[in-house]
Amino acid sequence: MTAQAVLAIKNASLAFGERTLWSNLNLEIKPHEFIAVLGANGSGKTALLKAILGQEKLTAGSIELAGKPIAHGSTRIGYIPQHQNIDSATPMRARDMLKLGLDGHKFGLPFGNAAIEKKIQHILSCVDAHEFAEKKVGQLSGGELQRLRVGQAVIDEPDLLLADEPLSALDLAQQKVIAELIDQERREHKAAVIFITHDVNPILSMVDRVLYLANGKFKIGTTDEVLRSDVLSELYGTAVDVVRNQGRILVVGTQDHDHHHDEEWR
Amino acid sequence: MVLFDFSDYNELIPLVQNSLIAGLLLGLVGGLIGVFVMTRDMSFAVHGISELSFAGAAFALLLGYNVVGGSIIGSLIAALIIGYLGAKAKDRNSIVAVLMPAGLGLGILALALYEGRAANKFGLLTGQIVAVDDPQLASLVLICGFVLITLLFIWRPLTFASVDPEVAAARGVPTKALSIVFMLLLGLAVAASVQIVGALLVLSLLVTPAAAALRVSSSPILTPILSVVFAVTSVIGGILLALGAGLPISPYVTTVSFLIYLVCRVVEKINGRTKLKAKVKA
Repeated sequence: MTAQAVLAIKNASLAFGERTLWSNLNLEIKPHEFIAVLGANGSGKTALLKAILGQEKLTAGSIELAGKPIAHGSTRIGYIPQHQNIDSATPMRARDMLKLGLDGHKFGLPFGNAAIEKKIQHILSCVDAHEFAEKKVGQLSGGELQRLRVGQAVIDEPDLLLADEPLSALDLAQQKVIAELIDQERREHKAAVIFITHDVNPILSMVDRVLYLANGKFKIGTTDEVLRSDVLSELYGTAVDVVRNQGRILVVGTQDHDHHHDEEWR
Repeated sequence: MVLFDFSDYNELIPLVQNSLIAGLLLGLVGGLIGVFVMTRDMSFAVHGISELSFAGAAFALLLGYNVVGGSIIGSLIAALIIGYLGAKAKDRNSIVAVLMPAGLGLGILALALYEGRAANKFGLLTGQIVAVDDPQLASLVLICGFVLITLLFIWRPLTFASVDPEVAAARGVPTKALSIVFMLLLGLAVAASVQIVGALLVLSLLVTPAAAALRVSSSPILTPILSVVFAVTSVIGGILLALGAGLPISPYVTTVSFLIYLVCRVVEKINGRTKLKAKVKA
């Protein structure tokens, strides 16, 4: 337990004008740790991600990656975004996208070498992408593209994986594949994972701790400590039921479900 | 009416030597930057920038200043406005649609007031043939050289930022700075192209070759190479064809580049079918 924290969030607060998203947030994340960030829309999940990346300025406190603050992104971070189609006119094959995860931040021309090629082949195997390696990224299915995105995020062996709703717009089978890939990667390498999601169920078995954001407040702990009726009722300030059924967790009474609907249809 | 006439070809070629060098440079720059124009979905913006570049050049002509300078100022202003206000594709299209007629109108006003040689006027809109003199060529070499070197230097992070801005920013790529630099390069490339093909037809150099290359290749290395080959073929071919008839070069350049695009679409179709057949067999 003495391993140095990958990410240290100290007394962090973020407010937009009058509205406080969260304040006095303290969280130390260790290598291999899998943190799920849950909460209603507008509770500051994505803002937390942006604050970690140095794209959103904290109102107070600090966030440090391996002991150093992050200015504008970092090559020690792998980022997995929400599924979004890529324009079919983009001159890029699946394998080229993996390469960007390795050297896309470096100036110069996009030539490769044997070492880079070896890494690409390795990651293609890891995310089972050999079959569509030569395909245009604009022609990949949602599941294929997200598998590739996981590969792109881990190819440079980052210390921290940030995932922003990476399972949205995928069917259940694909959700499982992507979640397991992320889990496998953080076990094999030393990467810690911060996983933003509105549905904890696909990653329930992998989560070490949950950060639940709501109403300008938050709660940190294991799933059993946080995803409880009394804890969430206190957080939301209204009666919330946490129902467990056949290994799945359902949070009822937060009105989040209406929002989720919007989210999925957007 | 003669569209093609190659009888005095040997005597004519030396006269257009400057145009040929200029064409080669523009093909190189247009073909390369075109790939990013396509990836960043900026074809329409190119058109808007070229109209303001035309306005700048027309005013420079009217007031007796350097035409290349005027066209650069016009296109840089347009490029910065579009880059600054139009981060999102939807905003960008409406801004371009507003800027374009404004630029064209101002340019036409300046040309109407201009009392010099008429050929100068049309040259700005539709391109010219032997009009590239030595000082003009020198400024073109400078502009194109600057654009090329900068573009090659930022190539990889610009690709990342163009395809995937969110992930690129997370990995530390300065996406905002890159998009400003790209708009400046685009403005310079447009201003340079306006001198040769004219404002109305800049798209045939900066968009069509890249669009054609994208039809037949998805490799990030082969696509820009093909795009350059197509662009150079269009300009040089267009100049050589126009030479005999003594007509403006732009109809020839645009026709060659359009034909290349058509051929690429056909090749794409055939490729697709062969792949499908191979799949069915497997």
